[in-house]
Amino acid sequence: MTALHALAAFFMPHLLLAPIALPLLTAALMLLLREDQQRLKIAFNLFSTLLGLGVTVLLLVWVHHSGDPAPLGVYLPGNWPAPFGIVLVLDRLSAMMLVLTSGVALASIIFATAHWHRMGVHFHPLFQFQLMGLAGAFLTADLFNLFVFFEIMLAASYGLLLHGSGRQRVKAGLHYIAINLAASSLFLIGVSMLYGITGTLNMADLARSIPTVVEADRGLLHSAAAILATAFLIKAAVWPLNFWLVPAYSAATAPVGALFALMTKVGIYTLLRLWTLLFGFEAGASALFGSLWLVGGGMVTMVFGAIGMLGAQRLTHLAGFAAIVSSGTLLAAAGFGLPQLTAGLLYYLPSSTLAVSALFLLADLIDRWRNDGAHQAPHEHGDDAPFLSPELVPTDTHNLDDNEQALVGRVIPAATALLGLSFLLCTLVITGLPPLSGFVGKFAMLTALLNPLGLGASADTLPGAWSWALLALMIGSGLLALISLTRTGIRHFWTSHNRTAPVLSVLEGAPIALLLGACIALTVQAPTVMDYANSTAQALHTPASYVQAVLSARPVPNPTRAAPAMPLPETP
Amino acid sequence: MEIVLVLAIGVLTGSGVWLLLRPRTFQVIMGLCLLSYAVNLFIFSMGRLGLAIDKEPVLQPGVPQDLLHYADPMPQALVLTAIVIGFAMTALFLVVLLASRGMSGTDHVDGSASHDVREMP
Repeated sequence: MTALHALAAFFMPHLLLAPIALPLLTAALMLLLREDQQRLKIAFNLFSTLLGLGVTVLLLVWVHHSGDPAPLGVYLPGNWPAPFGIVLVLDRLSAMMLVLTSGVALASIIFATAHWHRMGVHFHPLFQFQLMGLAGAFLTADLFNLFVFFEIMLAASYGLLLHGSGRQRVKAGLHYIAINLAASSLFLIGVSMLYGITGTLNMADLARSIPTVVEADRGLLHSAAAILATAFLIKAAVWPLNFWLVPAYSAATAPVGALFALMTKVGIYTLLRLWTLLFGFEAGASALFGSLWLVGGGMVTMVFGAIGMLGAQRLTHLAGFAAIVSSGTLLAAAGFGLPQLTAGLLYYLPSSTLAVSALFLLADLIDRWRNDGAHQAPHEHGDDAPFLSPELVPTDTHNLDDNEQALVGRVIPAATALLGLSFLLCTLVITGLPPLSGFVGKFAMLTALLNPLGLGASADTLPGAWSWALLALMIGSGLLALISLTRTGIRHFWTSHNRTAPVLSVLEGAPIALLLGACIALTVQAPTVMDYANSTAQALHTPASYVQAVLSARPVPNPTRAAPAMPLPETP
Repeated sequence: MEIVLVLAIGVLTGSGVWLLLRPRTFQVIMGLCLLSYAVNLFIFSMGRLGLAIDKEPVLQPGVPQDLLHYADPMPQALVLTAIVIGFAMTALFLVVLLASRGMSGTDHVDGSASHDVREMP
């Protein structure tokens, strides 16, 4: 650890730019390659993603071991001091999101090299541009730069969603692009209103000036913030702004779907960052503005997602609704503004993202297995339920169970075992059952809801109605998710007596193992991760140190040319 | 001046939103275009100290250098970026629109006109 930390400290202020610059350069380089140089592109892409993972892990180690209270990497790309020039800021939250992005990206690109990357042109550059947009959105500390990085991310995601083409993808892509363009308009309106009221776009400077906004402008300020938040809520897939999500994510190719599981988390990240910064407890008359909207919206989203999971007939739809449930849980938990609860949600965020990504990859393999090598069965082009073929409907005289052979002595092929085991692990994490990380995360959040002031300190404070509601919803949505995932598991793994074993390549098995292995690592290392999440939450809820660090960053002085040695005047 | 700008933004936004909710892809793209024009105008009006009417855009000798005498340069920078990005995204949307038209044979946003819902004239 100390060696890593020393290495990071050696590169430090400039290492902060690497998560943005590295994908940009790789993508630019790959654009110069011909379409038939696929192997070279794969090599570049894998190398760059691996290097990116290394860099982000270095950044995480740096930010975690650089002493307290709130280590912040502040980088001034234009060498102008904070409110005037643009700023990149690395804190614990962004470091965590960066590592999560790189990890999911690595799994997704390995999976894509099996064969999906050949389904269309320019997959690899688009993939890297997407990573660049994500990294930029996590690092920037300036609202307008956030807009630019959002657009980079979205532009690449349009291309990735349409990768592979086909009627379903184009239809889903059309809706996805339209709603995101409308969201971008809202984003711009909110940003420009905030600028008109406060005169700054730097997040730290905004946080400083919001308590001093004159009373006549406060309503305008709140509506600006609400319009801006709507843009992020669309990305975070809050009900009723999330009808685009399931068709789009399930139409996308599997590796893209896995990467898109991160995109809803960008909305959550931005909301968490801006809301704690601008409307935290220190924001004067605007403190905790919109809290109930976040909580209520998150709860309705959880209900919607859980019911959707229960009704989903296809695995990809199930994964999409699982992303919505996770998003709703995070939003509702964030809206309380309790540091303990935020710590729990920060633990829950990576584990649920990893599991949903793994589920998207798994869904592709299971579908291919079921459809004898094709990725989509012919009947799935329509909207029919895939399982209700006439011979499967039980009648009085015909019982499906009678035909079943005894299971004794049958060897389970390794590929089937891998798929089954991975599905089981995904189920455990998504539903929040012990012993995996989903349970730890949910348990941390439930504990925080019941003891809002911390364990032992809140003996005489009772949780309010909203806390009870969220508690019930978290357990209830877990139950509904469990029912639907169990049903899907039974259908796919237990009722398939005369199918051949699935054919898997290592490239397809490894990424799923990687994602779920990360979930297990999160469980095993739970004390360390919880510790990290706690410090992150503390720092988020005391934004003063963030503001102080950003605004006090001084530009590097210009390298002055060495003064020519003046000959000393000769004294006569 | 203010009333002209306000009316322009209002009319553009209103027609943009109406077109955006229409069932034909071409109407949707026109709606998105109008919306982005409205947003661009709106950004201009959001400079510090309100609209810059009769103020210098570039520094002049002899004029005190503050926002009372100059147009705020920030919205201009913002609007330039917004125009470029909005233009690129509209072009991309146009390509997807054409692909959708070619693949489904209809210009309905869902790829097929629904028969049970009567369209508004």
